[in-house]
Amino acid sequence: MTSVDYILELEGVSKFFGSVIALNSVTLRLKRGEVHCLLGDNGAGKSTLIKTLAGVHPPDKGEYRVDGRAVHFKSPREALDIGIATVYQDLALVPLMSVSRNFFMGREPRRKLFGPIHVMDHELARRTAIEKLGDMGIKVRDANQVVSTMSGGERQCLAIARAIHFGARVLILDEPTAALGVRQSVNVLKLIRRARAKGISVIFITHNVNHAYPVGDSFTLLNRGRSMGTFSKTEIARDKVLDMMAGGAEMQTLMAELEGVTI
Amino acid sequence: MTGPDISTPAATGSASSASPDERVREIGPLRRFLSRPEFGSISGAVLVFAVFLVVAGDSGMFSAEGIVNWATVAAFLGIIAVGAALLMIGGEFDLSIGSMIGFAGMMLAIPALYWGWPLWVAALFTFALCAALGTVNGYLVIRTGLPSFIVTLAFYFILRGLSLALSTMLTGKTILSNNEGVALRDLASSDYLFSTLFSGYVLTGFFNAMARWGWIAARDGGGALAIGVPKVVVWWLVLTAIGGFVLARTRRGNWILAVGGDANAAKNTGVPVARVKISLFVVTALCSALFAILQVADAGSAAADRGLQKEFEAIIAAVIGGCLLSGGYGSVVGASIGALIFGVVQIGIGYTSIDNNWYRVFLGAMLLGAVLFNTYIRKRIALGRH
Repeated sequence: MTSVDYILELEGVSKFFGSVIALNSVTLRLKRGEVHCLLGDNGAGKSTLIKTLAGVHPPDKGEYRVDGRAVHFKSPREALDIGIATVYQDLALVPLMSVSRNFFMGREPRRKLFGPIHVMDHELARRTAIEKLGDMGIKVRDANQVVSTMSGGERQCLAIARAIHFGARVLILDEPTAALGVRQSVNVLKLIRRARAKGISVIFITHNVNHAYPVGDSFTLLNRGRSMGTFSKTEIARDKVLDMMAGGAEMQTLMAELEGVTI
Repeated sequence: MTGPDISTPAATGSASSASPDERVREIGPLRRFLSRPEFGSISGAVLVFAVFLVVAGDSGMFSAEGIVNWATVAAFLGIIAVGAALLMIGGEFDLSIGSMIGFAGMMLAIPALYWGWPLWVAALFTFALCAALGTVNGYLVIRTGLPSFIVTLAFYFILRGLSLALSTMLTGKTILSNNEGVALRDLASSDYLFSTLFSGYVLTGFFNAMARWGWIAARDGGGALAIGVPKVVVWWLVLTAIGGFVLARTRRGNWILAVGGDANAAKNTGVPVARVKISLFVVTALCSALFAILQVADAGSAAADRGLQKEFEAIIAAVIGGCLLSGGYGSVVGASIGALIFGVVQIGIGYTSIDNNWYRVFLGAMLLGAVLFNTYIRKRIALGRH
């Protein structure tokens, strides 16, 4: 297997914070155009892994390769420049600003007004924002609408659509369905499917197997800073994933205690 | 506001035209106006004008000289309100505005009167010094992460103290209008560049013509009683126009809204947060310097205690203008209208039989009313009830 099949690889990566081993020789390979779910309970090292991928933390050990070539990101900006976009849980949206102002925040389109004076091209911004969100299946009523009037799911979709518009080849989504209702989670999952259909590779971080399983092509399980392995969808059943994630025995005890409760 | 869900008749009625979202309701132009940040200040101004037209309509308050009177007061405050509003929308405060005015006035007068500098050079020096102080304010806020309230409160005292101490040390006085027979006023009128920019009036010919036509009051010689539009008013209008334009139309305006709304989100999307915030502190400091220079040109003197409480008045004008104290939302034009309200009330009270001291009572009440109104508006935005 040549590494060119993979758009992004972490090879035996470790990360230490003082005496704490946040990541212990983790290997993660993202195929082109796949949705790769990263599963793990709280404290499993998901956040550290995301930040390593996003260029926030350089790995202390191991190698990070993009398109088969080793990379050493000094800042998240560098990762972004080669198309690795991370959508964090805070979404980087400003609630009191409009959809189009948020969509182009930090990358405003400009046009010449007269002489040396340039203005933000609000018309283009509005049109593009509505069109790009429409491509992702999100109907925005009015690009002047402020973001605080949108639902959590719509905001998540806005942040993802923005990342795609600005050239993401790899989307890293940090718990995009956490804190969302059922209906809205489904919308976000649909959006992940659409992103894949556009040829974008996705790393989908979640602790909800029910969200991961329908959209994922492969699954990597993290537990206490270690990778428990990567499995493709054909190799592994949903229950098995859940078992591995929470540590099967513990989970069974818990289930017994909570008789009749299903997750 | 809340009302029933209006989707029923309107939406089904227009269902033929490209199936509108059933969750969208039509927002009329009136509702749009009501949800604009300037709404509070515009309605406040209408109210204030209405009241004074009734109680002082025939007192000369609305004659040409009367208008020039209150427009001048509004213009001085308006200049610093533009800076304060932009800074507040960018999520920060500057409590050193008033002290900066006193300091800047002294830094203009001392070099001109005691060191023999041409006045325009002294003015340039004042702007440069204030820009540097604004940079220090901004840099400290950004680097320390302390609230700007605390950092600029420190400069509120430092600059006031420096104005008094330096002027006493260098000149032995705290009010400067002349030295060794040279008057500041004469320096101002003989300096072409300085006087063109900062002192006197524009449209004097037009005012005289209006006096000849009998539209406005004339003096015995035939010229208009109101000499013209003071330059400070021109500065105020120009700055308001520029500030409003930058905020609404430019990329920098988007950055200002972004850093004030959520600095972290702005940073994560590539907005140069530190640069934007520091430059806003510089703009505010430059507005204070301009205030001081225009005041020195107008009064013919500089005093170390000038600008007292101006920081509060500027902030109040910005708040009346619809700026949220938490940043990320507001209007430069609104802040200027807030300043106009001040000018009208402060001068207008003198035209009535009301005791002048009520001015401060009004000021406080206006602030309280504006903040309550803004909080209410903000909730409506957050809940999407336009």
